[in-house]
Amino acid sequence: MRSFTRKVDADLQPVAGNGLIDRRALLRGGSAIAGAIATAPALATAAAAEPLADGPWSLEVGTAIPSYQVPSRFEKAVVRSVDNPDNLPRNSRARTPHHLLQGIITPNGLHFTICHGGVPDIDPVQHKLVIHGLVKRPLVFTLEALARYPQTSRIGFVECGGNSAPMFSNEPLQENVQALHGLASCAEWTGVLLSTLLEESGIDPAAKWIIAEGADAPHLSRSVPLAKALDDAMIALYQNGERIQPGQGYPMRLWLPGYEGNMNVKYLRRLKLTTEPAMSYYESRTYAQILPNGRSYRFYFLQEVKSFITSPSPGHVLKEPGYYEITGVAYSGTGRITKVMVSADGGKSWAQAALQDPVLPKAFTRFRMPWRWDGSPAVLQSRAFDESGTMQPTRAELVAQRGQTTKPPSVLAFPSQHYNAITSWAVDAKGAIRHVYA
Amino acid sequence: MFTRSILAGVALALVAGTSSAEGPNLGKPITEAEIAPWDISIMPDGTGLPTGSGTSAQGAKIFAERCAACHGEGGKGSEFGAAVVGGPPHATLDGGKTIKNYWPYATTLFDFIRRAMPYPQPNSLSNDEVYALTAYILSLNQLIGENDMMNAQTLPQVKMPNRDGFITRFPERI
Repeated sequence: MRSFTRKVDADLQPVAGNGLIDRRALLRGGSAIAGAIATAPALATAAAAEPLADGPWSLEVGTAIPSYQVPSRFEKAVVRSVDNPDNLPRNSRARTPHHLLQGIITPNGLHFTICHGGVPDIDPVQHKLVIHGLVKRPLVFTLEALARYPQTSRIGFVECGGNSAPMFSNEPLQENVQALHGLASCAEWTGVLLSTLLEESGIDPAAKWIIAEGADAPHLSRSVPLAKALDDAMIALYQNGERIQPGQGYPMRLWLPGYEGNMNVKYLRRLKLTTEPAMSYYESRTYAQILPNGRSYRFYFLQEVKSFITSPSPGHVLKEPGYYEITGVAYSGTGRITKVMVSADGGKSWAQAALQDPVLPKAFTRFRMPWRWDGSPAVLQSRAFDESGTMQPTRAELVAQRGQTTKPPSVLAFPSQHYNAITSWAVDAKGAIRHVYA
Repeated sequence: MFTRSILAGVALALVAGTSSAEGPNLGKPITEAEIAPWDISIMPDGTGLPTGSGTSAQGAKIFAERCAACHGEGGKGSEFGAAVVGGPPHATLDGGKTIKNYWPYATTLFDFIRRAMPYPQPNSLSNDEVYALTAYILSLNQLIGENDMMNAQTLPQVKMPNRDGFITRFPERI
């Protein structure tokens, strides 16, 4: 017992400033965490409990089981934030409530959605996918035909190129993780590898690009390098086991693991192989980001290594000093996350977070960091590293290259794209949390 | 390179004509003529531009009827539609990407108007109408003369000011 106690104590030694505890305490489960709580000063608040009694739900028969279940009525706050509920003639977006979720899979009803002309109501029987251009045999596929092909399942994230754009504001906007980072989600996608279909159509050696086009009102169109199409691109038919949601491209979408969301063309109806890119509206204007020197990046493709803390985060309140788990998601468009470092003192000191299995390439990775808050102000940050050796930049490093606004924009604005730097949450002495630049 | 080897493999399979016998082969052959109604991509060199033509004067009339409700009288913009003329000389992170100071190719105007506009009735304009609207917007921005005719030959020749303002972020991924 003596040696075990000593070992627990060693694990519970702070490993970085402001109360970060060695992540190995998580592996030891309840006893180690209990130890952490026991040493916290506020635990004496454990009040005398009232005698236990049955709730009314324990004294009556429950409701009939529904054919398609939805979350408990007590979870009505767990919803996406929608910025165009009346379907006015402009873009509409719905953001994932990361601060209310756990794990790495975004539930289908909460996956982020952006539509540039509303959500189309596509009859899957009439929908077609055409492959043509620089191919040997132009082909047309029905959904029924594609569903008969060998299916592949893979867990991966989709992130809008404009996710986190409010972080380009010169002053930190007082918004929560949903408003700042809600245009990224992660699901298990199932479908047909595009390379399988291209084998059947044949590829003219002159082809270098594929122009993908949707069947939605704007006929949204993006140019995709053929190399990506042959690497790991999928015609996705299923999302977390069921058919793709209308907001994600029902009945089929192009999925390009790790690449900018807008390129993952939804409602996919046409793939044209070409020698050159089309320079479509979205690739030559919207997702071509302006740089401080007046030039612009285009064909950015990659969603680079990134992480953010989902809990605790703005909107949460720490009710008393004591034990908390700092947790969030990390991901990279180039591959696996190898390490996430967490700071509770604004980056002065760092400790390595535990990575929750599974750790998959181009997918959300859940990280966890045990923390004993002593009730004094703290600044929480996370910093991710990926298997290509790339490290998530600090905000100062990113802004030095990419710029920032001269005055705070609307939180719904997109001053620039591809923000992947560190996010900082400040905890004050009352346990309230706000967004800061640190 | 992994990707390149797959690419080579597929190209070889194409030449040998063997791959199609092994796969499910559930795609139906279709001709480019049958695909044509959906083949609306316009390339920067003008590939894909249809026959037809239009002038700024013709476009002004169509714009007033079909576009101004959102994009404002004379293209000056509104709550629902971006301005198609005016704005700052250069875009910054504070905003101000315009057709004149940002769009690298005039062909994108034709492509986007035809496939996506008017917002409530996309892909409903005739090719002549799209050429006319393209001419009107380019003329408003003084990128062409007010009497210049836009068609499959002239539109790709329009030099946009910011054509060379872009950097490919990851050229090795193309």
